[in-house]
Amino acid sequence: MSNYRIQGATGEWEVVIGLEVHAQVTSKAKLFSGASTAFGAEPNTQVSLVDAAMPGMLPVPNRECIRQAVRTGMAINAVINKWSRFDRKNYFYADLPQGYQISQLYHPLVGEGVIEVSLDEKDPEAEVKEIGVERIHVEQDAGKLMHDQHPTRSYVDLNRSGVALMEIVSRPDMRSPQEAGAYLTKLRSILRYVGSCDGNMDQGSMRADVNVSVRKPGGELGTRTETKNVNSVRFVMQAIEQEAQRQVDVLESGGRIVQETRLFDPDKGETRSMRSKEDAHDYRYFPDPDLLPLVLDDAFLDECRATLPELPDAKRRRYEGDLGLPAYNAAVLTADAETARWFEALLAESARIQKKGEAEVAKAASNWLISELFGALNRLGKDIENSPVSPEKGAELLGLVADGTISGSIAKQVLEIMLETGDAPAKIVEEKGLKQTSDTGAIEAEIAKVLEANPDKVADYRGGKDKLFGFFVGQTMKAMQGKANPQVVNELLKKALG
Amino acid sequence: MSELTDFGVKRLRDGVRSGEFSAREVADAFIVNVSKAKELNAFLVETPDHALAAAKAADDARGRGDTLAPLAGVPIGMKDLFCTNGVQSAAASHILEGFEPRYESSVSQRLWDAGAGMLGKLNMDQFAMGSSNETSAFGNVVSPWRRTDGGNAPLTPGGSSGGSSAAIAARLCPAATGTDTGGSIRQPASFTGITGIKPTYGRCSRWGVIAFASSLDQAGAMARDVTDCAILLEAMAGFDPKDATSLDAPVPNWEAGLNPSLAGKRVGIPKEYRMDGMSPEIEALWQQGIDWAKDAGAEIVEVSLPHTKYALPAYYIIAPAEASSNLARYDGVRYGQRDLPDGAGLQDMYAATRAAGFGDEVKRRIMIGTYVLSAGFYDAYYTQAQKVRTLIAQDFENAWGLCDLLLTPTAPSAAFGLGETTDPLSMYLNDVFTVPSSLAGLPAMSVPGGLDKQGLPLGLQIIGKAMDEQNVLNAGLALEQRAGFTARPDAWW
Repeated sequence: MSNYRIQGATGEWEVVIGLEVHAQVTSKAKLFSGASTAFGAEPNTQVSLVDAAMPGMLPVPNRECIRQAVRTGMAINAVINKWSRFDRKNYFYADLPQGYQISQLYHPLVGEGVIEVSLDEKDPEAEVKEIGVERIHVEQDAGKLMHDQHPTRSYVDLNRSGVALMEIVSRPDMRSPQEAGAYLTKLRSILRYVGSCDGNMDQGSMRADVNVSVRKPGGELGTRTETKNVNSVRFVMQAIEQEAQRQVDVLESGGRIVQETRLFDPDKGETRSMRSKEDAHDYRYFPDPDLLPLVLDDAFLDECRATLPELPDAKRRRYEGDLGLPAYNAAVLTADAETARWFEALLAESARIQKKGEAEVAKAASNWLISELFGALNRLGKDIENSPVSPEKGAELLGLVADGTISGSIAKQVLEIMLETGDAPAKIVEEKGLKQTSDTGAIEAEIAKVLEANPDKVADYRGGKDKLFGFFVGQTMKAMQGKANPQVVNELLKKALG
Repeated sequence: MSELTDFGVKRLRDGVRSGEFSAREVADAFIVNVSKAKELNAFLVETPDHALAAAKAADDARGRGDTLAPLAGVPIGMKDLFCTNGVQSAAASHILEGFEPRYESSVSQRLWDAGAGMLGKLNMDQFAMGSSNETSAFGNVVSPWRRTDGGNAPLTPGGSSGGSSAAIAARLCPAATGTDTGGSIRQPASFTGITGIKPTYGRCSRWGVIAFASSLDQAGAMARDVTDCAILLEAMAGFDPKDATSLDAPVPNWEAGLNPSLAGKRVGIPKEYRMDGMSPEIEALWQQGIDWAKDAGAEIVEVSLPHTKYALPAYYIIAPAEASSNLARYDGVRYGQRDLPDGAGLQDMYAATRAAGFGDEVKRRIMIGTYVLSAGFYDAYYTQAQKVRTLIAQDFENAWGLCDLLLTPTAPSAAFGLGETTDPLSMYLNDVFTVPSSLAGLPAMSVPGGLDKQGLPLGLQIIGKAMDEQNVLNAGLALEQRAGFTARPDAWW
């Protein structure tokens, strides 16, 4: 995992990566005003007097945004600073009505934390690495400029102005694009579990600034560049690859890396310079005098902790331990909060229907979810969130298999019909006559026909070729159109073959 | 009924309540005075309709036999720093010329809820930056006072709340709002022979008050006497969830609590305020004040506020630093003036708009503030100034171990002539006695003590503990009763 190297003319190069992730806090109202935060509203319809920085307007912190950031910090085992403060970052831009962004430079809300990242979450053997999180601070988002509305003018949409962001700053602990991708994926998973950010990178509610430098393995840190606002995991990985290669090329041709801000162009797959350090703003940070220091008491912290859900790592361990799931199943089911939620609903309902403990039904349920439903959703191009089959109906289907009403292969057919019609599985089985039969007379009749048609195989089997048993089962099931109870088929076949 | 305009807040309120005169008569009398005093340039906008509507509401309420609101029948002046719904609120700056907010500041709303009416918006130093009212973009206010030397030189009413002080002294309104960042209520009160109180930082909401320096800005009351200030402040103060620095504490009934006895009180005299080169007249006034306090029963103690000499430099770092950021929003993008030269881009628009919209003093402070916050200078200036601020607050805390109140002069001189002080640093020295209590967020007030030999008013300052406006007002009342200050400018306008 950490052996990613760029082969240059002068030998191998190591890449050093740090990510600053901006995650929009899930909250109905903005960080310092009561205006709504809903995505996709008409321009300038979600703007309060504070967001437009009208004269005399004052910010008042939104407790919910603070709560979400604290819970996020707790989820990565970070230090929560009971005393933090807001600072102003001063610069002029048309999307920044106040002329400053309220952020936290000197005393962030959340301090050191750590995220465990596996290069392949689904592979239990994959190396696990701890990526340090230096801090999480909360800050205001800016508005948006629209340059395509008028031939000579730019328009400003302030709907996003003042929306709460968490800036999650990693340590420069990553050494490959894959590690960065895995970190980002894991972080997004945690945010979704916690419910502090929806993690929708395509809507801009999560985006990353990518800090990259290269060095000879183990050598001194090189000069870094920062590629701003990259908005997908894939683009982050591409941007790192491209930027690291560019830096190696520059260094090997005798140049030097300039500390600068760059932009990633996903169409061309390259980064390009936005502004150099010389042009960098002097942000004149200072404590915001409109706001008192943010002081959190134990009761607030306790409340934050009490509302934390079970997090992916803990959940995976529980699935493996308590439910006895294979490591692969546990990893797949916990990688995403929605999948885990779906699985747990399926599990609870299956246990109820089958009158068994969850651990007893877990393996079958997880296998069905991973191999059957995921496969079907994949073909339909749907996520688990908008699965046409609910966990309740899935459990009903599994119940029909468990009590012998239908066989596993019939269950596949039933699922297809469920996906199409949305009907309940019992109704489908009833209407289509798919009920499994244990009618020994009918099965015995078919077995007789199969044996009669294959006298040579019967002889071989009786001569010691045990493996042919499966062939007879298959033929019998086929003849029964899959509706025969496999256990009954087994028993009767064994009897018939002697 | 011209004598109605000689009445203060309490007298007007009580007269309307008892039916001695109607609120309408009061409003009419002041509206006439305002309209006749253009030469003073105290009002930027006159709002007679607002005052008349409030008067009508008061008279109607009385007619119905309803209990009258605390300020029913009292028309007041509103400093232009307060945003008033539908009425230009420009902080006396070109950059906000024509800006009519669609919202009402919390303090002005409280006053209207208390039954007061608005005679108009009062002139001031631009963005409250100044001590003479000469930085207003709409021309300086002229003090109604003149020296007795017969020279008729136009004098400053002080600043930044100079429109407020001049209007009250000239009987254009019985009371007015002011704001005080480093002395902007107290120094103009001292210069015009009126009374003004800056309460504890956080007592009055800053919501809707155009910001100068957020950690220092505090609204307060200006009126003819201590009782009127108590009444007005009571209506202005109170917790406001829209201001994160607002004090969540009940507002005492200050008027009812007024008591001119200082028996059992220790009044501190800070020795560092006795500065080299202090005018003998100021020194004599101060001694007079000490004697009055003794006479009222106070024990006089000398105290030390050792960091006083660093207060002014620290203030002129912190206030401009905050201002440079607070005023960034005036960029020509959303409201107010916009100067967009042909073919100009965004940066050009910012530069042109702000160059044309801000006055020289505002630009000077934005530049100072930008400089002291910039990389490489931040620690040397801003951080250092914050440390000084902490030490100054500690000075006061230590003094409270020895005394309950402090008594000092309000300003180092009487009102000076317009145009006489051209050097910014000399101008900043006007704040030398008022700035330390601003940095510490303490309540402080100025009451008239007497006249200098040119016939101009001089004020005495009382500084109290945080949240202890009552004792500040009480001491003010004790001095007021002994000073018997009745001088007033002759109407020449």
